[in-house]
Amino acid sequence: MKINILRSESNTQQSYALQDKETTLLNALTHIKATQDATLTFTAGCRASVCGTCAVRVNGKEQLACAYKVQDGDVVEPLQYHPILRDLKVDKNKAKETLLKSTAWIQNFTEAALTHKDEKFSETQTDCILCDSCYSACPVYAVNPDFLGPFALTRVYRYATDKRESDTKSIIDNVQTNGVWDCILCGECTMACPKGIDPKMDILMLRGESVSHGHTDPSFATQSFGSPDFSGGFGFDPNSGF
Amino acid sequence: MLDVLIIGSGGAGLTAALSAKERGASVLVVGKAYPTNSQTSMAQGGMNAALGNVGEDHIDSHIADTIKSAHGLCDENMVKKMCADAPKTIQWLESIGVPFSRLDNGRSGAETIAQRQMGGASAKRACYAQDYTGLKILHTLYDTCLKNNIDFLNEHYLLNLITEDGSVRGATFLDIRTGEVTQINAKSVILATGGYGSIYHGYTTNAYGSTGDGVAAVLRAGGSVSDMEFVQFHPTALKGSSILISESARGEGGYLVNTKGERFVDELKPRDVVARAIFSEFQKGEEVFLDVRHLGEETLMELLPQEVELCKLHEHVDPATQLIPIKPVAHYSMGGIDVDNMLEVNGIKGCFAVGECANAKVHGANRLGGNSLLEITAFGKFAGENASNHATNIVLHEINNHQLQQDKHYLENLYAKDHTINFYEKREGLGKIFYEKVGIVRDNVQLTEAMQTLNVIGASHKDMGLADKSPTNNTNLIDFLEFSNTLQLAPTIISSALTRDESRGAHFKTGFESLDDEKFKMHIVSHLERES
Repeated sequence: MKINILRSESNTQQSYALQDKETTLLNALTHIKATQDATLTFTAGCRASVCGTCAVRVNGKEQLACAYKVQDGDVVEPLQYHPILRDLKVDKNKAKETLLKSTAWIQNFTEAALTHKDEKFSETQTDCILCDSCYSACPVYAVNPDFLGPFALTRVYRYATDKRESDTKSIIDNVQTNGVWDCILCGECTMACPKGIDPKMDILMLRGESVSHGHTDPSFATQSFGSPDFSGGFGFDPNSGF
Repeated sequence: MLDVLIIGSGGAGLTAALSAKERGASVLVVGKAYPTNSQTSMAQGGMNAALGNVGEDHIDSHIADTIKSAHGLCDENMVKKMCADAPKTIQWLESIGVPFSRLDNGRSGAETIAQRQMGGASAKRACYAQDYTGLKILHTLYDTCLKNNIDFLNEHYLLNLITEDGSVRGATFLDIRTGEVTQINAKSVILATGGYGSIYHGYTTNAYGSTGDGVAAVLRAGGSVSDMEFVQFHPTALKGSSILISESARGEGGYLVNTKGERFVDELKPRDVVARAIFSEFQKGEEVFLDVRHLGEETLMELLPQEVELCKLHEHVDPATQLIPIKPVAHYSMGGIDVDNMLEVNGIKGCFAVGECANAKVHGANRLGGNSLLEITAFGKFAGENASNHATNIVLHEINNHQLQQDKHYLENLYAKDHTINFYEKREGLGKIFYEKVGIVRDNVQLTEAMQTLNVIGASHKDMGLADKSPTNNTNLIDFLEFSNTLQLAPTIISSALTRDESRGAHFKTGFESLDDEKFKMHIVSHLERES
């Protein structure tokens, strides 16, 4: 079989031949680099879907190369909305800066009585591996490069709702600009996440938290769309713990 | 000048950075990837601390279990320090927001953290976050570093330590993006660069980058490495892909069975014992499987969700209804940079090492599951303290750029030269030879053969080079430098394994099947012969 990989130097797809057997895209890339073309550039680490290094786009959809099984004719490209450094290797520094801007951490710790239910409440959100797939899938970046983005807001939600946090207001205040209200709720991030995280729902919940801390939706006309008692629709995961 | 330069941005490096910064030191963390890409993310099962949240437990029991598993090769004072520091380290992780799994016991704080059984432990001692313990600790550490304005320099590959008169002065790095060689001077350096399991390329649970970069750099700078022959084989990696299935699968009640469906070992023995029992089944022509079907789908999804996914994806096996085919593969480097009881590298003043790259002599001949996340956090803090203290006593002075010039020159030559050998083939070959001849059960004939093959590969290193001549973002160059580091470390592993004519922990040698304390209750230390 053949796969086609976007090469940055020529900005064209290059075709590589592979044996017709089941293999992960990462194994295919490693094999190509070792035996056919050492200039093919990509990044990888753990091979086990947990280090977040190898996300790319295959046929227009974000995938972890280590978790995607290659199909004949696949088109492999780098993540979107990230500066391309070379071939499939992109610059992830800016995406990570959104964590800094969102102050996604415990602001003020207080010891709390935590239960199994509390663990479940943030279990999925804390599965995030910072692979940047959700940033690549998010169409807001096409118009607003300063958007805090899905993974940072999911992380904000996870800390804001942690019972150990005694200063939820600060963290909520910090995601009002280019943050919770800038999401268009398209759910592309949710579709892209390789760990089953639902950033769209987390952002909706953050809107509710924002309202309860005295913030309002700057585009008032759409208020019904973002109300905290949202109870269905695209992207809603009935198993997400609510 | 920078007080503390931290090389490596996994759990050990991040904890050390937070600790040094807390003491007022200026800190920079340099890594070859991004902080959350590190091997720490792959630690699954848990982190040991004698909290006694689930049944009785004591720090003394944790110490005793660790010493027992080390088979006489640990420094008991270091073990005591690590185990005694464990509860307060968990308390600290609790305070920065690590999302641990929880009990419903009506208590508060760290007393609510769930604890599970791991091999070789006399109590349910491993604190966990499902089977994503390392991932969740690592990311929380990273968030906390951002909160504390820790500076990061990503995508910088360690070339060499800079030393003067036996003291560290900084290090040189290749900026992977630009291809420039840079020099960073510092009063203290902390190496937190990870283990060398990727020598077993293709036969390891480790990430591609676990190539012992810091360990090899210490050798080149005149420091010592020790206990290099002690490589832990994890009993349960997926048969086809060498991907890790956590020990907690057995801790939660999973069985190991052979083709006949028979159990053949107590699954909760330490890893060295279980790995050898599996190897011995292989010798009899049996295949070995992990059986967790009796735990039920609900329990599996609750306790081991990552494992279920990985089995389905990589082996087409649903653990709730099918057996999981497994094999033991290289998992953890007990040996590494030889450090003293302040974690300072023997032979290089002001240079500290922590985590898997270091041999702090807490794991000895066999590490217990749950003790590595403990080591990186408890000793990460200790390394940060010691390095910042050291920095306060250093007087500033000019540091020359000889190492920088030398490294630039080396890279220019590497780019200029032709090559006839594809080093990727040798990387495959080295991994296979190590698995087959420097593996779970060793003998002197095979070790000697491995050394001969290694010498051949080593001699042909001059004929290897870069197929990609791009100055920027050249991952072919990084692969080459990483492979070169493994080649530098490989002889120290084989020669110390050859020397050790006994069996102890993870080192098992046919013909010498028992412990020989009289001759070998000692650490085998290696260093490079210096050219005069």
